[in-house]
Amino acid sequence: MDKAIRKYWPIFVLPTLVAFIIGFIIPFIQGAYLAFCQFTTVKDATFIGISNFTRAISDTTFTHAFWYNCAFVVVSTVAINVGGLAVALILTRAIRGTNVFRTVFFMPNLIGGIVLGYIWQILLNCVLSLLERPLLQLDATAGFWGLVILMCWQQIGYMMIIYVAGLQSVPDTLIEAAEIDGASRWQTFWKVKLPMLMPSITICLFLTITNSFKLFDQNMALTGGQPAHQSELLAYNIYYTFYGRSGPQWRGIGQAKAVIFCVIVVAIALIQLRMTRKREVQQ
Amino acid sequence: MKKFLALGLAAALSLSLLAGCGTPSDPSGSSDPGGSDPGTAANGSVYYLNFKPEQDAQWQELAQIYTEETGVPVKVVTAASGTYETMLTSEMAKDDAPTMFQVNGPVGLNSWKDYCYDLSGSDLYGELTSTDYALMNGGEVAGIAYVIESYGIIVNQTLLEQAGYTVEDIQSFDDLKTVAEDITARRDELGFSAFTSAGMDSSSDWRFKTHLANLPIYFEYQDKGINATDAIEGTYLDNYRNIWDLYINNATCDPAELTAKTANDALNDFVSGQAVFYQNGSWEYTNVVGEGKLSEDEVTMIPIYFGVGDEANQGLCTGSENYWCVNKNAPEENIQATLDFMYWCVTDETALQAITGGTGAMPSGEDGMAFAIPFKAAPESSNPFVALDAQMTADGKTPISWNFTTMPSEEWKNMVGSALAVYAADQTDTNWDAVVSAFVDGWASEYALANG
Repeated sequence: MDKAIRKYWPIFVLPTLVAFIIGFIIPFIQGAYLAFCQFTTVKDATFIGISNFTRAISDTTFTHAFWYNCAFVVVSTVAINVGGLAVALILTRAIRGTNVFRTVFFMPNLIGGIVLGYIWQILLNCVLSLLERPLLQLDATAGFWGLVILMCWQQIGYMMIIYVAGLQSVPDTLIEAAEIDGASRWQTFWKVKLPMLMPSITICLFLTITNSFKLFDQNMALTGGQPAHQSELLAYNIYYTFYGRSGPQWRGIGQAKAVIFCVIVVAIALIQLRMTRKREVQQ
Repeated sequence: MKKFLALGLAAALSLSLLAGCGTPSDPSGSSDPGGSDPGTAANGSVYYLNFKPEQDAQWQELAQIYTEETGVPVKVVTAASGTYETMLTSEMAKDDAPTMFQVNGPVGLNSWKDYCYDLSGSDLYGELTSTDYALMNGGEVAGIAYVIESYGIIVNQTLLEQAGYTVEDIQSFDDLKTVAEDITARRDELGFSAFTSAGMDSSSDWRFKTHLANLPIYFEYQDKGINATDAIEGTYLDNYRNIWDLYINNATCDPAELTAKTANDALNDFVSGQAVFYQNGSWEYTNVVGEGKLSEDEVTMIPIYFGVGDEANQGLCTGSENYWCVNKNAPEENIQATLDFMYWCVTDETALQAITGGTGAMPSGEDGMAFAIPFKAAPESSNPFVALDAQMTADGKTPISWNFTTMPSEEWKNMVGSALAVYAADQTDTNWDAVVSAFVDGWASEYALANG
């Protein structure tokens, strides 16, 4: 078997590799190059140096989107993971109908972000108008919490499935041993289950952090960046710079923002992976 | 040998994997750009990226007819509402780029001027009734307006009469205000409102941040005798506030809910008889009149009275923001084919009927586009709002030109729209100052960014 794999590995690697090069590596390199250019269409770009980057950084809507996005990442990552783990803990107990509940909680994930955005916009606007508060599009704070609620609703179910799998893989022998040693429920959770869950936590944190940074369709549908770019997250800000502004200079600036964005997200994700990996334990 | 076979197999696999990503083959079969066989239109093809989703079916049919008549393939692709720039940007980067596209005026041209073929020597240019309808880029004719439209306040005359007025009673902003406020005062008794919802959702906000905002710009330009500026003063913004107040406080919904109201909401308000006035344009005719909607003699259009200048002689807002351009980077034979197709559209009898005619004007029996087009051979448009505009001009009223094509950028419009929505929800002087700032300061900074 091993020999066969050693001999025929190109068959397995090449198709994906070619697709990866054409669909990712080449556009990525081209995109990075375009960040240093002025262009209307990607085919005829003129090199202009780093001025796109200086203009991107001095764009106040971009810096605002960055901090707004950071706050969103922190709040939604904590909320989604605490929520997902809590639901997973409840649904791994011996209660009737846990499978039905797991399916129900997972379902919001199957709906597209744009559709969800518009549905929640209607729901939240109704609530806000009953409370006689300004609607989502008029209030960046309301827009922020609206996004958090929407993302929790959508993502908790997904993270729950990962945590459920993690919890089920904690050996019964360990829990039994802890019980015999007289550990309370809380101690069992904190000292036994949680360390065993670290691989799941690594994955879930990675997914929620990167998802929250990359969030686009929900942002576009729920608030559209209103009022006046105040509820724009980074991805939507980049999209708007690239397509929403007229004049050739904006394309390059949008591209520069996208490169900065990419570097930031990769850096943060790597730091997070390294930090949580260290805490993973072997059985 | 085996390894070689494996590589071959893998390559075949990856190709089939990627087959879905390929570009569709050129309909004419001549994908050789600027090939060795230049010149005649016979082996060229046309690719029209259409801006108006309302007229997609008609363009598809016209394209088919043209292909049947001449054998020249014509591909028409229509961008979904609000995505034209996005689509044009990505389509233009392809080998099989559009040969015929649209820009919306001088500001749109700024992005695309390097792609516009000089139309000054073309037959199409010779067909224009007035050279005013050409979009100039320096000494070159970069675009040609192909449709002239008007907008104003569409009135449901039946409801207006129920309220005890006729359109003759409305000859100025003060009249409009009196009528609207009277209707609002008696809303419970009458069962309808004065205005439809002034929705600030992106499907509807252009009616106010662009079309209504044209009026203060127009009157300021008139005062100064200019037709573009790098800095607007906002002399008539108080009038803008007055009419915006009138719209939002005499409408079918609470002004605080406007951000969530769409174009369809406003249209429904109007068609279902819940409001008398509806600010929109001649393109909206087929949406408000017809089976299950309003009848033709029920509706009319009045100017947007603004409380400035000679209101008795004010006409509708008439102009164009639809200019045809030809892609100069297209292969020679495709450029020629495109020029021929455009010329055919504005001279051929069937095409003219389809473009200007209304009910049943298409050869297939479907409704035509009902456009008013500025070409010599064109018959009069069947659109009553367009006819009304012609009538008003003939009666000596002065149409208001479309100066919103000189607004510095989309961003400027968006910021004004955003400020208007905030003001609508909470009508304080501070919030209005934000509108003024977006209008005046925003203009200067956006102009500097776009032209600096």
